[in-house]
Amino acid sequence: MTLLELRGITLDYPDDVRVLDAVDLDLDEGELMVVSGPTGVGKSSLLGVVTGLVPRFSGGTLRGDVRLDGESIVVLPPRERAHAIGYVGQDPAAGFVTDTAEDELAYGMEQLGLPPATMRRRVEETLDLLGVADLRRRDLHTLSGGEQQRIAIGSVLTMHPRLLVLDEPTSALDPTAAEDVLATLTRLVHDLGVSVLLAEHRLERVVPFADRMALLTGGGRVETGDPADLLARSPVVPPLVELGRAAGWTPLPLSVREARRAARRLTLAPPPADPPAPAPAPLLTATGVGVTHGPVVALREVDVTLDAGRVTALMGRNGSGKSTLLWTLQGTRKRRTGRVEVGRPGADGRDPAALDPAGRRALVGLLPQTAGDLLYLETVAQECEAGGAGTRALLERLVPGIDDDAHPRDLSEGQRLALALALVLAARPRVVLLDEPTRGLDYTAKAALARILRELAVDGHAVLVATHDVEFVATAADDVVVLAEGEVVSAGPTRRVVLESPAFAPQVTKVLGPPWLRVDEVVAAL
Amino acid sequence: MRTLPRDLHPVAWWLWAIGLATATSLTTNPLVLLLLVGVVGVVVTLRRTDHPWARSFRFYVWLGVAAVVLRVLWRVLLGGGYPGTVVLDLPEVPLPDWVLGISLLGPVTREALLAGLYDGLRLAAIVICVGAANSLANPKRLLRSLPPALYELGTALVVAVTVLPQFTQSIRRVRAAQALRAGETGRVRRLRRFLVPVLEDTFERSLALAAGMDTRGYGRSGDAGRVERRVTGGLMIAGLCGVVVGVYALLDQTAPRLLAAPMLLLGVLVAAAGLLNAGRRVGRTRYRPDRWRAPELAVVGVGLAVAVVGWWVNRHQVPIAYPDVTVAPEVSLAALAAAMLGLLAVVVTPPPSSVAPAPREPARAQRPERPEREVEAAR
Repeated sequence: MTLLELRGITLDYPDDVRVLDAVDLDLDEGELMVVSGPTGVGKSSLLGVVTGLVPRFSGGTLRGDVRLDGESIVVLPPRERAHAIGYVGQDPAAGFVTDTAEDELAYGMEQLGLPPATMRRRVEETLDLLGVADLRRRDLHTLSGGEQQRIAIGSVLTMHPRLLVLDEPTSALDPTAAEDVLATLTRLVHDLGVSVLLAEHRLERVVPFADRMALLTGGGRVETGDPADLLARSPVVPPLVELGRAAGWTPLPLSVREARRAARRLTLAPPPADPPAPAPAPLLTATGVGVTHGPVVALREVDVTLDAGRVTALMGRNGSGKSTLLWTLQGTRKRRTGRVEVGRPGADGRDPAALDPAGRRALVGLLPQTAGDLLYLETVAQECEAGGAGTRALLERLVPGIDDDAHPRDLSEGQRLALALALVLAARPRVVLLDEPTRGLDYTAKAALARILRELAVDGHAVLVATHDVEFVATAADDVVVLAEGEVVSAGPTRRVVLESPAFAPQVTKVLGPPWLRVDEVVAAL
Repeated sequence: MRTLPRDLHPVAWWLWAIGLATATSLTTNPLVLLLLVGVVGVVVTLRRTDHPWARSFRFYVWLGVAAVVLRVLWRVLLGGGYPGTVVLDLPEVPLPDWVLGISLLGPVTREALLAGLYDGLRLAAIVICVGAANSLANPKRLLRSLPPALYELGTALVVAVTVLPQFTQSIRRVRAAQALRAGETGRVRRLRRFLVPVLEDTFERSLALAAGMDTRGYGRSGDAGRVERRVTGGLMIAGLCGVVVGVYALLDQTAPRLLAAPMLLLGVLVAAAGLLNAGRRVGRTRYRPDRWRAPELAVVGVGLAVAVVGWWVNRHQVPIAYPDVTVAPEVSLAALAAAMLGLLAVVVTPPPSSVAPAPREPARAQRPERPEREVEAAR
């Protein structure tokens, strides 16, 4: 039976921006629905309408009706919906109210005024259900991203909501932690009959679990239907679906397992040999780099070489030292041991740690994790002017056609990233480091980023990009370095590293086996 | 009394510490003060938990030491002209006329130093008592035990305490990020360069937190009717007015006496009634609330006893409470008892429940094994 009904939902933001246009949506009990679409198309707004956060926290005018079990709840504020609708945001740490996991699980129930005995029982049940019983007394801010996300889910589950609304719950997680969280969600749907409404643009992860899909196609329209049907027509699709479409498989396989069965009938030409690796032209050489954070060793004897003309991906689970390595190579983070040389080693190699900020900028450019930290002015033109000569031209090359008068905060994720990157590149560094630039980007923006990185490499830059996104690595990187616990556990050409670590394998490799890596290779061999 | 380890109600520890602080504020006898500090130290060592805030005691001890040092230095700097035995003959710095009555430096007497030392010790002991309360009782749990009507206030304070470290983290991050790009270097402009992202970040974080709290039912209206809400509001406002008038009358000696203490009392009572009324309509419950049992009462009793005996010494044994700086200080049995009574807190309370920090997952599975080395070791 229908749990949630949206009827004629129309949402307008100021300046006549229509985000949702007469949207109708039904969600059945015990159903997992994925909300998908390009970034900035209104996924979060749609979820906000359901939880009541839109328009209360976002502004705008809302028309239409939201019904829960046939009763209109559109005028109720979020707090009065809390007993029935649980909401988990993108950054779980931002929503934590208490300081230990146990208190956090109990918080919502305290607000509902449940009897203490019930609270006690539900906390224990939920700790077990999510497999986080050993974290109960831990400080929430010392937990890893995946653990935090599971606590955040638990903290709404204790209220026994009928519907769970999650806004990109895995966007900040490494592949393994993301799979943990998604497996937890599937288990909830199967065991408890909770309905789940989930926004996600990394479809490759969630589509196999989805019962139905709502696709936001822009212009405020929403299409709902079976994932396989919708994906057959969708402009942006996960690699698996792209492969299925290219190979003409019907029905379209949505999970790796289904695709593998379909792939048995596939005959492929032998894959083209990789072009021989060019003669190494190291631009940055780091040997034996060690960094400590208090008594904790953050990096231990890390050796990294970045060659001109190559894109290297830096992978590893959350907290494995990726960001620390980037900041150390850039010179801001002080190292305890080891050497970092930018330029030809021995000849004109210079250590960025020995220079002032301006000197470092000219040697090594670094795009930090929150690119917005770099921006502080009101318009794109002012930012470019402050960035120095040539910034505007660089931006035009990276992403053409950004309006001069636009406010940096109003740009799309991809455009803002490009602006920050242009500011970093304005000092003309030959080595470029990027810290998780793919976070929050949709397929189109990621493809654009991959193209930008390739162009930088062709220009003779050495590029190192830290990321969790295995599909992005498969398409964009020549080499991969995998960190664990501050040590390099594998390094080398993408194809070889991916072969060694199944956890980092892209979908195409999972389906067809090595050496296949990208859809375009397979398409060429069909 | 054998009881299982558990954490005491935070309010109990605060009342105990306030009792000790009261006793310390009523004497300058260095022997009694040092004894009190020692007692506090022993109780803190034996009864504090292993949570992070419990380690703050050391910080308060250093604060106390700083208080003593500053107090003595102050005496040296400004204490010229104190009669007594000169130990250090410093030249006096003449000051202009408009700072009449103050002299810089000048001969330092032993009495001046001792007076500074005693005074500083008293201040230090009070600071250390507060520090003891802070490290024995989780401040966040203390806020959680506010009456239900003040719940919103308590939550706001808890959030503020939690958010502060995040704010410093955000400042550090933006600072590092801004060094990665070119931009204005002027003084004011640079400040803006740095403030805008930090403020934006803080603002976004606050909104996310508010949204998170709202979706989890924070501030749900109870089932109170309109009349009831008005009654509560009326009681609170009337109570506050009563308190204000009472305090004014207490301080202004010309006001009618009827308006002083009685009015203050009435105001407090009415406000308390308002709080109670507001608390009744709150449809909120508490998860594993701290319970008030015999050991809590005993600890509060100990604090009270220390304060009462301290007050008695202050009233009836003035030379003991405020020893002369010209002779060696002495102690009386009562003064000793006042200090040592504090130790009883250890006897009447159960040990704190220890938190075994869960070991982080070893997660070393990905590290390449080195079998050849193991083989060598086996040989």
